[in-house]
Amino acid sequence: MKLYSDRCAGCEACVNACPYNAVTMQGGLPVFSDACNLCGACVEACPSEAIERPGNGGPAVEASPHRGIWIFGETKDGQPTRVVLELLAVGRRLAEKTGQDLGVVLAGDRLGTMPQNLIAFGADRVFLVEHPDLAVFRDEPYTAVLAAAIKQYRPSILLFGATTTGRSLAPRLAARLRTGLTADCTALDIDPESGNLLQTRPAFGGNIMATIMCPVNRPQMATMRPGVQKPATRDGGRTGEVIRLETGPSLLLARTEVLGFINRNEEMVNLEEASVIVSGGRGLGCAENFSLVRELAALLGGVVGASRAAVEEGWLPYAHQVGQTGKTVSPRLYIACGISGAVQHLAGMQGSDIIVAINRNPDAPIFKVASYGMVGDVVQILKSLIEQL
Amino acid sequence: MNIVACIKQVPDTSEVKIDRETNTLIREGVPSIINPFDLNAIEEGLLLKERFGGSVTVISMGPPQVESALREALSLGVDRVVLLCDRAFAGSDTLATSCTLAAAIREIGFDLILCGKQAIDGDTAQVGPEIAEWLDVPHLTYISAVEEVSDRSITVSRLLEGGYERVRASLPALLTVVKELNEPRLPGYRASLRAKTEPVTTWGAAGLNLDPANIGMKGSPTKVTRSFVPELGRQGQFLAGSPEEQAAALIAALRSARIVHGSAKES
Ligand SMILES: Cc1cc2nc3c(=O)[nH]c(=O)nc-3n(C[C@H](O)[C@H](O)[C@H](O)COP(=O)(O)OP(=O)(O)OC[C@H]3O[C@@H](n4cnc5c(N)ncnc54)[C@H](O)[C@@H]3O)c2cc1C
Ligand SMILES: Nc1ncnc2c1ncn2[C@@H]1O[C@H](COP(=O)(O)O)[C@@H](O)[C@H]1O
Repeated sequence: MKLYSDRCAGCEACVNACPYNAVTMQGGLPVFSDACNLCGACVEACPSEAIERPGNGGPAVEASPHRGIWIFGETKDGQPTRVVLELLAVGRRLAEKTGQDLGVVLAGDRLGTMPQNLIAFGADRVFLVEHPDLAVFRDEPYTAVLAAAIKQYRPSILLFGATTTGRSLAPRLAARLRTGLTADCTALDIDPESGNLLQTRPAFGGNIMATIMCPVNRPQMATMRPGVQKPATRDGGRTGEVIRLETGPSLLLARTEVLGFINRNEEMVNLEEASVIVSGGRGLGCAENFSLVRELAALLGGVVGASRAAVEEGWLPYAHQVGQTGKTVSPRLYIACGISGAVQHLAGMQGSDIIVAINRNPDAPIFKVASYGMVGDVVQILKSLIEQL
Repeated sequence: MNIVACIKQVPDTSEVKIDRETNTLIREGVPSIINPFDLNAIEEGLLLKERFGGSVTVISMGPPQVESALREALSLGVDRVVLLCDRAFAGSDTLATSCTLAAAIREIGFDLILCGKQAIDGDTAQVGPEIAEWLDVPHLTYISAVEEVSDRSITVSRLLEGGYERVRASLPALLTVVKELNEPRLPGYRASLRAKTEPVTTWGAAGLNLDPANIGMKGSPTKVTRSFVPELGRQGQFLAGSPEEQAAALIAALRSARIVHGSAKES
């Protein structure tokens, strides 16, 4: 067996774990006798990951192992994006489970107190690169800067939000590092046997879920779908370390130039951050009836969502679509009005705290995920709700 | 301008079967279509060729039946199609797929590579940017409009969360495209006739300058360890009575969950 003596705490967990009595302590460190048959029980037992199995026919075990869970600190308008806070909550759990540090790699320009802020939200270490050329996201310099940081610090896991930025940057970086990448995960966990990252994601339009591992290559990379996990909460008392990384002209090379940004925020409703969503489907029958959905949403302080069928009817723009090919939302309250509950729609809203379904067909699949089912004509029920609120 | 469009033949996502032994998807017996976003990639290639001349080559990696997708591409009027087909490619994840496609695209030669935003079977959206990295060219994702093209550069709009970003990239480059970009054409009469007889160039691993360690199962760092059907269900209740009674019951429930505030309205 291979021992990393700098990590060994001398706790003797390996001695007790060995079924062959092949481990003894000498000078505070474990020694493996010829009785060792490489079963790996000590690897599992070691709380500080100081023991590794030697290369067992597979690819060579790296000289120094990869450690640490990293998150790409995507920013927008001088703030970490919401999915970064969600990743910090997930990353914190993975860090506790594996006894590793949680790092955020943060690139940009004049980021001010953001590193401290990320520490307050759960990071142990923030790897910071600041340069005017990094002020606006571009794939090439961001790939180069991250690749250099990863080569130096060798994290074991690297997570991104599955935003347009994350899904553009992560694959380029994964190809450069020659490692695996799992897109758009809805759950991340650690395999108790191998210690590998278990990456679960929907495939085939949400019809099936797949759990994927990257057993050999490092880092293990994944993008995580925004809105599926609850964001981390802030604890101003937390402390951590900020590590400044060097950058240089070779890392900042770019063959693309950003010319401008045309804001369409008004058309692109912020469903992901809403705490109340009232969604309408084909069962509303016509565009006019959508005004009832809008009215109820306004009364509840929420925003309006839609099924794909409603979007295809042209009743609402695509930005309102909830589901596999639309937004994933997790509000406190989701009211589905005249929506049948196809698996692709459910994929985008199942994580809501309270789901109310209004449908005239008591067998509609939406009722399977509903906290409160209301069977009847959607127009009448909406009118009654509006009247009584 | 020499354009290469990458297309994937995908099963219609509404009909899915899983091999319980291997936990992989059974692709046989499910109707196959060209990935919808890849039709936008082909269309943009044809539009650019019409404006600037050059050629459009469509390339796909997959089993022999992918030939039908490539014939469909021919019926739309592309110049040439190439099928990458070899047992050695089986079991490729996005890294191995992109490595293989990149080797073939290098062989074909290109000024511009077009990919779909994502393939609807896996929805990964990774192959495009990964090809760009293997070929060391810039990439731009989520392209919704091509604004300007010169000998050396291309100016495009990217559809992002809160709006559109305008970006210029030097050529050669790779773009991944969204539905808003264009309206794919229907097959043409003469092209359809040609599509029936035109030979489909097929390349295996041997002819491409590929390291066997980078392709197929061996070149795929990710492994599917489990596939399962998502579980639905929560303990819900139906509210009883007339619409008015149901509405009252719901409002009471939301009030006790502190989502609705204030006291009941007098009626
Ligand atoms: C690859 C793929 C991706 C997809 N992505 C998405 C996605 O992101 N989001 C999405 O929503 N869909 C998506 N879909 C489509 C999805 O499969 C369904 O077709 C769609 O969600 C149906 O929308 P709907 O429930 O509004 O319409 P329908 O299925 O037509 O349901 C209408 C419902 O309204 C009820 N109803 C009718 N009249 C009344 C009335 N007067 N009062 C009360 N109830 C009434 C009916 O009983 C019915 O249950 C996707 C499909 C595929 C294949
Ligand atoms: N096997 C393949 N052959 C050709 N092109 C592919 C293949 N797989 C993916 N692509 C291209 O890469 C895009 C993204 O695919 P994916 O990463 O699988 O979501 C697709 O829209 C295609 O343009």
